[in-house]
Amino acid sequence: MRVGVVTFPGTLDDHDAARAVRFAGGEAISLWHGDKDLQDVAGVILPGGFSYGDYLRCGAIARFSPIMRAIIPAAEKGLPVLGICNGFQVLCESHLLPGALTRNVGLHFLCRDQEIEIVNNDSAWTADFAKGSKITIPLKNGEGSFQCDDKTLKDLEENNRVIARYVGVNPNGSRNAIAGITNERGNVVGIMPHPEHAIDPLTGPTADGLSFFTSLLKTRV
Amino acid sequence: MSLDTVAIASTTPETTQPWRELGLKEDEYARIREILGRRPTSSELAMYSVMWSEHCSYKSSKVHLRQFGEKAPKSDALLVGIGENAGVVDVGQGYAVTFKVESHNHPSFIEPYQGAATGVGGIVRDILTMGARPVAILDPLRFGSADAADTKRVLPGVIAGIGGYGNCIGVPTVGGEVIFDKSYAGNPLVNALCVGVMRHEDIKLAKASGTGNLVVLFGAKTGGDGIGGVSVLASETFDEKKPTKRPAVQVGDPFTEKVLIECSLEIFKEDLVVGIQDLGGAGLSCATSELASAGTGGMRVELDRVPLRDANLSPEEILMSESQERMCAVVEPSKIDRFLEICKKWDVVATVIGEVTSGNHLEITWHGQLIVDVPPRTVAHDGPVYQRPFHRPKSQEELVANGAEKLDRPSSGKDLADAIVDLISSPNMADKSWITSQYDKYVQGNTVAAGPSDAAVIRIDEQSFLGVAVATDCNGRFCALDPYEGTQLALAEAFRNVAVSGAKPLAITNCLNFGSPEDPGVMWQFAESVRALADGALEMGLPVTGGNVSFYNQTGNVAILPTPVIGVLGVIDDVRKAIPYKFSGEKELILLGETLEELSGGEWADRHGHLGGIPPRVNLQREIALAKFIDAQRDFIAAAHDLSDGGLAVALIEMLLHSETGATISIHGDPFMHLFSESSGRILLAVNPEDSNYLVGKATDAGITTTRLGKSGGENLEIAGVLSLSMIHLREANQRTIPELFG
Amino acid sequence: MAKVIVDVLLKDEILDPQGDAISRAIPRMGFAFKPTNVRQGKSFILTLDHTPSASELKEIESAAATLLSNPVIETFTIRVEN
Repeated sequence: MRVGVVTFPGTLDDHDAARAVRFAGGEAISLWHGDKDLQDVAGVILPGGFSYGDYLRCGAIARFSPIMRAIIPAAEKGLPVLGICNGFQVLCESHLLPGALTRNVGLHFLCRDQEIEIVNNDSAWTADFAKGSKITIPLKNGEGSFQCDDKTLKDLEENNRVIARYVGVNPNGSRNAIAGITNERGNVVGIMPHPEHAIDPLTGPTADGLSFFTSLLKTRV
Repeated sequence: MSLDTVAIASTTPETTQPWRELGLKEDEYARIREILGRRPTSSELAMYSVMWSEHCSYKSSKVHLRQFGEKAPKSDALLVGIGENAGVVDVGQGYAVTFKVESHNHPSFIEPYQGAATGVGGIVRDILTMGARPVAILDPLRFGSADAADTKRVLPGVIAGIGGYGNCIGVPTVGGEVIFDKSYAGNPLVNALCVGVMRHEDIKLAKASGTGNLVVLFGAKTGGDGIGGVSVLASETFDEKKPTKRPAVQVGDPFTEKVLIECSLEIFKEDLVVGIQDLGGAGLSCATSELASAGTGGMRVELDRVPLRDANLSPEEILMSESQERMCAVVEPSKIDRFLEICKKWDVVATVIGEVTSGNHLEITWHGQLIVDVPPRTVAHDGPVYQRPFHRPKSQEELVANGAEKLDRPSSGKDLADAIVDLISSPNMADKSWITSQYDKYVQGNTVAAGPSDAAVIRIDEQSFLGVAVATDCNGRFCALDPYEGTQLALAEAFRNVAVSGAKPLAITNCLNFGSPEDPGVMWQFAESVRALADGALEMGLPVTGGNVSFYNQTGNVAILPTPVIGVLGVIDDVRKAIPYKFSGEKELILLGETLEELSGGEWADRHGHLGGIPPRVNLQREIALAKFIDAQRDFIAAAHDLSDGGLAVALIEMLLHSETGATISIHGDPFMHLFSESSGRILLAVNPEDSNYLVGKATDAGITTTRLGKSGGENLEIAGVLSLSMIHLREANQRTIPELFG
Repeated sequence: MAKVIVDVLLKDEILDPQGDAISRAIPRMGFAFKPTNVRQGKSFILTLDHTPSASELKEIESAAATLLSNPVIETFTIRVEN
């Protein structure tokens, strides 16, 4: 199964996302920000990093790139898209997901092994989890506080669109401890912590993150 | 401003020039005139003054640093030695690893964030320029007292700068140290070490050869960063039309560096460069003169082609600019189109600014007029060499006679327990997560171990699991008491840290931070330290591959503690077999190595405001034997942690806190000495109970002293018959300090 | 020549930790004035070679609403200086 991994200038975790796709049994297809061709992939990952140096706002410039002009309509038609960290920021700036990510309440960049609870396993990227599973994957960002207005929050909660919540102390001040959300259809998911860094206990805290990637294979196959 | 050209200089020998304001000595200025056969142009004067400065020419240290070459041990692993941007070693399977440590001390005192950020940027470019992908950063840091007001200004900025730059360029920050001592108050030390990986055939060197090959400047545009003193040349003529924008601080842009890294690696992959150099201190002056002097011919540069951020810069300023994120490559004409195409893909500004010539001159023109015509070797390599006087200061005698053994020591269980808690909660020994959590240690997905582990362990090959381990160490107090012994203790510690991680030490880098070389006492410290490192490197069979010297770390007459930071790189064939620093389940705790009464210069003495006596004895042969033992017995070692600052008390508590368990141990003899002595050559092991007899037997066979301390388990640290401390209490004491001070 | 200045601020209801940190720092530094609130924002200065027409201003407003600010969490004001 072909899964696209996008590289913007400044993207950092594209190689890790590609590795995670391979570990999950898929084929990682590298997608350049300047191209419009999605190369027939069955899903797309927007990886973590500092696209365009986080200039202007995180993800604000990447959102206007040619590849996004191809991804946005495809996502609206149902193409599975996973935005991790900076990728989540790009999805919000693109309005494929509601809300926005703002500066961590503690003001510092924070890298820690974070426990989160998967509260929705209906989405394309969480189907391989048991609902309510608690997993530990790395969180590493300076702008991870999920914010939205009350109406949006109500909509997300009532329609089961929160896919993951922080367990324990809220590390960044996200509303309702939201660590990840999905769109109405369940094909577009944004997650703040990094599942691609938790696929192998040799180099990460656990292998809990792998299920994000196997979920896609499960959904499609 | 009227342009000072070679033609004009040849005919106006009487013109007074501000050589003194630029930091040159009279005899140095005379020598420049002799080399050129005329007075230098203002551009040439600027180049010589910067390239002949201490920072660039190593004039006070050269005569001592020669020992690294003279006493170099034979090493089959060494691929590139001292003299290039960074050393390179063979780690097997066709891989080469390059690593180096550098300092950015003074700028970090002035502007902590940018000073630290550009320090990281600079060392990463040094590694990139060797042809390698940068894969890890370590930061040895030293600050004034933790509770001093200025430390609260400097430390948070430095940490934020390292994180802000390192995280954004996508290189994991995986190790380093944070040490507090009042001697660093006006002179914090911000050293940065970078490790890079490449295939043997990808190694790049900084030389310009091949007449007709093109010289290309790529990366950021050039502005007025870091010009500093050179502006005296521009201010000679009172040109009111030009605004005065002469910042002394360099500002880094990590996004530009990240795209520069990716762009450069693509260029390297297609083998498009003949030579390459990064622009660091002394900017273009350094890059052009070094490339030319290392090459086979000369070089001609049209300075007006340099893309500028500030159109008002004079040629002297352009030559001196320290704008960040710039590289200079030598490219064959047949490959230039492809080179420029790759730069365009990554939106990296690239400009052909010159070409390699036959002959042996570096010629620089400005709008067609020749403003620099020098033999490049005289600028880059044949700078002044000083024989600074040095002698052991009289005060050393008194210092050494005043041992910590004489201090009143705790003897009751309660007093010992209080001393342990005081030590484990002290700023130097306290948990540093508040700091390290500001760094991304995961990016690139190859981090097998990162701080608080003894060494950083990075996987190089995903199929074969080949990896490297790196550690940096230095105890400045030991070096103050005895610079020779102290330096070898630092080498021993870095070596031991690499060995306990399960890796085989291969090579050494060093960042020698000292006070003023004009002070014979400081120069004595330096001379002893370099001699010690060269002797130690030879004895241990590890080549010194390169490093950095930072002098003038002093405020008035008070110099910093002599701080020769030693970095050791090792190779590990299978990172899955790296030895962890924490364990789970019930284990027996065994101490390898002998404990003598060696308290001077240690943490306990420091907590009592005492510095004096002789440091612990170092025994490099014993370190080698320990390393061999660990390597041979790794399958029987569940976890290992080396002993250093804070002795057994700290090492044991650290291992227990990380393993989330307590322990019950017995100490035979004086508990105070066994807990707080800082004898070298000791390692704490956690071993499965069924393996302990075997392991102790093997250690005895190898001539290694062993002490069976006891067993892990429970919720307290029990020292039988002496004290009991709850692990919860110890954790709280250990983790509270740094957030309270800086959070 | 004209300068168009677009000032962007977080919406009132959005937490502004940087503004809060600054308002805590001010009394600590011993200043006499004591603001009840501090908000941190961004200022974009667009230099044009002529005073913008009404339709050009509309374009600038559009750029402000889509690129220079994120309308989900930010508001902006525009002023022109000659």
